[in-house]
Amino acid sequence: MVQAQCKEKLTMVVFSGDLDRALAAFIIATTAASMGMEVTMFFTFWGLNVIKKNEGSLKSQGWMLKMLNTMNRGGSKRLALSKFHMMGMGTWMMKKLMKEVNMPTIDELITMANEMGVKLVACTTTCGVMGVSEDSFRSEVTSLAGAAYFLGEANESKATLFI
Amino acid sequence: MKADQTLDCTGTYCPIPIVKTAAKIKELKRGQVLEVLADDKGIKLDMPAWCRTTGHECLAIEEKDGEFRVYVKKTHD
Repeated sequence: MVQAQCKEKLTMVVFSGDLDRALAAFIIATTAASMGMEVTMFFTFWGLNVIKKNEGSLKSQGWMLKMLNTMNRGGSKRLALSKFHMMGMGTWMMKKLMKEVNMPTIDELITMANEMGVKLVACTTTCGVMGVSEDSFRSEVTSLAGAAYFLGEANESKATLFI
Repeated sequence: MKADQTLDCTGTYCPIPIVKTAAKIKELKRGQVLEVLADDKGIKLDMPAWCRTTGHECLAIEEKDGEFRVYVKKTHD
């Protein structure tokens, strides 16, 4: 009863852009939100791919960033498994298997998380390094921030995860 | 056990039963009991953990032929 009164917090760093890791992160996030926890997900490096828009092309300046953002387009529909991606065949099969057991897709999980008030934060530093502009992100992304914001949140959290 | 409302989560895995329970419990009045039907074994440990964290009461978990009936009493708004 006492626990129910005070707000518990969970903060996550999503560093990886792998589909399986992203699924795990969002499953934990939505469950934590269901348990009344305040959840913040901080996306950095390849993790930014999880929250990029699926549509359109990314605008970037300079040949290196253009090359990077072509090879590393991102978006929930383009995420690959960390194992057995097999040029897309493995990932396609995993998605099919997940559908068969009524598991939500990564897009459904992102929508659920958003509806439950999970905060999705993109790391400004990696956005700068990788030439990812703010309008590259899907609408569920709540803000852009740096490591201090993450540490501030993490400091108040009972659980912190790096995925 | 008698319940005021029933939530069918059969055919779904974690986190769906917990997420749906959290949403459904809001519709109940304090003191009412929610019956959750599930076939994911994880519910046996997940629901008591959810109740411990949220402060609601897990009254009973009945298992029959791989199906679970979980009774959760809403203890606060």
